Amino acid sequence: MPITRREFVKGGVAAFTVSFAAPEFLSDLAVAQGQSRRNLVVLYLSGGNDALSTLIPYTDPQYYARRTALAIPAATVLQIGTDSSGRPLGLNPRLVGLRTIYNAGRLAIIQRTGYPNSSRSHFQGTDIWSTADPSSPQGPGWLGRYLDMLPSPVDPLTAWSTVRETPRTLLARTVGVPSIPDPVQYAFASPNPNTPDAPLGRQSATRIASHLPVDKPHLAFVNATSQAAFATLDRVAEVTTYVPTAAYPNNGLGQALRTVAGAMVRGIGTRVFWVQTGGFDTHAGQNTNIANGSYNTLMNTLNASLLAFYTDLLNQGLLNDTLLLQFSEFGRRVSENGSAGTDHGAAGLMFAMGGGVRGGLYGTAADLRAGADNPTLENNGNDVRHETDFRSVYATVIDRWLGADSTVVLGQNFRGGPGFLA
Amino acid sequence: MNEDLDHLFRRGAFGASQQDVAEYARLGFLGFSSAVAHLLDYARLPDDVDDFIGRPGYTGITAPGGFLPASIIGHARQRWLFRMVHSRRPLQEKMALFWHNHFATAYSKIAGELNATEATRMLAAKPSEDPGGVKGQLELLREHALGNFRDLLVAIAQDPAMLVWLDGRSNFRAQPQENFARELMELFTMGVGTFAETDVYAGARVFTGWNLARPGTGAAQYYAFIYNAGQHDTGAKTFTFPIYPSGSTTIPARAAASGMQDGLDLINAVAAHPLTGPRLARKLYAFFINEVDNPDPALITEVAQIYYSRNYAIEPMVRRLLLSSQFRDPANYYKRYAWPAEFVVRALKEVGPVGFSVNDALTPLANMGQQLFEPPDVNGWELGPGWFSTGSMLARMNFASQLATNQKFNLREAARPHAATPEALVTHVLDRLTAQEYSGSSQAALMDYARTGASYPASDAQLATKVAGLVHLVVGSGDYQFI
Repeated sequence: MPITRREFVKGGVAAFTVSFAAPEFLSDLAVAQGQSRRNLVVLYLSGGNDALSTLIPYTDPQYYARRTALAIPAATVLQIGTDSSGRPLGLNPRLVGLRTIYNAGRLAIIQRTGYPNSSRSHFQGTDIWSTADPSSPQGPGWLGRYLDMLPSPVDPLTAWSTVRETPRTLLARTVGVPSIPDPVQYAFASPNPNTPDAPLGRQSATRIASHLPVDKPHLAFVNATSQAAFATLDRVAEVTTYVPTAAYPNNGLGQALRTVAGAMVRGIGTRVFWVQTGGFDTHAGQNTNIANGSYNTLMNTLNASLLAFYTDLLNQGLLNDTLLLQFSEFGRRVSENGSAGTDHGAAGLMFAMGGGVRGGLYGTAADLRAGADNPTLENNGNDVRHETDFRSVYATVIDRWLGADSTVVLGQNFRGGPGFLA
Repeated sequence: MNEDLDHLFRRGAFGASQQDVAEYARLGFLGFSSAVAHLLDYARLPDDVDDFIGRPGYTGITAPGGFLPASIIGHARQRWLFRMVHSRRPLQEKMALFWHNHFATAYSKIAGELNATEATRMLAAKPSEDPGGVKGQLELLREHALGNFRDLLVAIAQDPAMLVWLDGRSNFRAQPQENFARELMELFTMGVGTFAETDVYAGARVFTGWNLARPGTGAAQYYAFIYNAGQHDTGAKTFTFPIYPSGSTTIPARAAASGMQDGLDLINAVAAHPLTGPRLARKLYAFFINEVDNPDPALITEVAQIYYSRNYAIEPMVRRLLLSSQFRDPANYYKRYAWPAEFVVRALKEVGPVGFSVNDALTPLANMGQQLFEPPDVNGWELGPGWFSTGSMLARMNFASQLATNQKFNLREAARPHAATPEALVTHVLDRLTAQEYSGSSQAALMDYARTGASYPASDAQLATKVAGLVHLVVGSGDYQFI
């Protein structure tokens, strides 16, 4: 059975409503909790990014043998040196901006991240990465559990999802995370605008939303969602006037990152952001070698959006306070399929960007030779085997960036992973 | 209407408008079970809803350059919404929406791989709107809405939109495409965690050659399913679960010419799989009875048994659910989170559809998280609490405001006999909107809104302001988000 938010909410909404902060205290809370200036931005590439087309093992003959249509010619990759095993690697030719950030020492790339018995299901895989619990990927997410550990009551703008649905990663038991894809749309209309009935309507709607019946947790959940909307409207409106210092591309990811930068600059109290971009489920027509092929479009979007965000943060003096962490639910199979695409695989790659990042290449590339005896591959040599458990990356972020205890958040000790944070 | 009929029409339909109520009275329902029969036996009623598009007395559509629902996706969305509001066969549209979520197929990928016109046609064309008479996916879902699930699976496996969406069109012998085979097992039938990776490989080989053809020439070209024998992998395929009633787990090697039978055998097997019936029963239970509390295991078991004993027929499963004592139990009323499309259509029916263009509901629906023909992925929408975030809740409240603004005149006229006191006005609005019982504090908030700044009996201007404001508050309230 797919594990859904519903099952969580069944057990969780009652608790969820208890410590919801009342609107009148929010401005104080935002100030009080603003002591930590550190921001975390989680970037999810949805669909399962083909890591071998992002970071290219351009000297591995098997890469070219197993990907006759999709392999990117060695001459065009953006060389960024060798990993600790001596394997030369290069970025996708479209990632020119990321190479600039890499050369500035502000981008860490962690190869072969994953977990044992990797799920090839989008939904289960995403739930596993979200909960950091492969054996039982349900309930709150890893950042939701972090939010639950903050001193209560928690400002409802502490976290911000830039997609419509709250991702499981941010699902918490005691904190409702607002979803604000577009701050301009995040407003309360009235059928009687510019009359006394408009504020009167908002007042009555707020009163109705304050009803949180314990015997109807489903209604309490929806009303608490409305309450959180009313409590966050006015601060979010401040972000709509943000004028960035860099040109963000006019796509979903670029505009989401522009909004995130605006929220940081305006200082509205948000510390954890979720951004997402899709289209990585490239079963067919991945076309890495066609100018406007689908994978190139994905890389262009990623590159232009992240470069603008990096530049804007640098100009605003916020780079040192910001960490961006990227993941995807799985990597893809080593061999291409007959549709100029790749099917669901296992280990992928993560990267981290920001002023506190110790840039470089972490982990070692897989040897792509097919064969059940190849220890860097799994599933009869079809898929990349993980080397770094993704939970050890989370542990580093929790301990060294968020200042919380990773063994509590993750329920186990995953310390000792790659040292990508200074 | 009685409360149980209101409940039936919220769940088995999209609510009931004032006109619907009059029509049902004219048909002279003898009671609940005759109303259930009316909804279920829709094949006796004409499928003529499209004839009323553009006529006065119905919700509007917006198509300045001509209405082209088989080539412009925004028009296809409008047509479906129009059908949900006005069809005489609302359960058919309701089930089509259920299956659209189950076999979730998104326009944008198809449009990206082909083009906007072909993608719209593949998703929404009626046979008469396609040069080859091929049904768009929605028409196929409507046709099989209460039909046979196994037949629906075959139709979906051969559906041009699905062949593009899950890449079956490029499933060739030399390099099998796993996408469709995986989702057939994981999402369409048995469920996640019930099969092995080897089943995915074998399933992909089974469907090799289930491709897409493009017969015809010029403007008469169209897309259709083809079994491409030359691309079929003729070898035997072995699964971890039984394929045949004998218990055999292997589809035998077959000549290429008869290799299409492989796919039919696998579809039979996943339809017959012991986990498929219970999974469908649970989804239908959550859809029709209650998705908030733990399901009733006895009823789930019974509905699953009906699935097998009636040879995968959907209609008897739904009939059993609608006629169950659980369905009529008031404890199950308002225990389903309204999908955005259900919320919008119910609001249109209850507040008033005439004078509103369904085109103006499309952007709000997207903001609420449900753009028709654009599910987020093949897993469909995240239902239940998944619909609700602060942003999507504001979109619901703001749609309520938009609709109340649009219907101010009609609302005022209907409210005129109830303008004597604020109590009468609030009662009128709650009754019209089939609202669940409000808590004392929420009722007080509505009353205070009705009272403040107005004198009663209310003047026309005051009445228009207050009734629109009250409709906004009720339709935008948490209580109204449940059906």
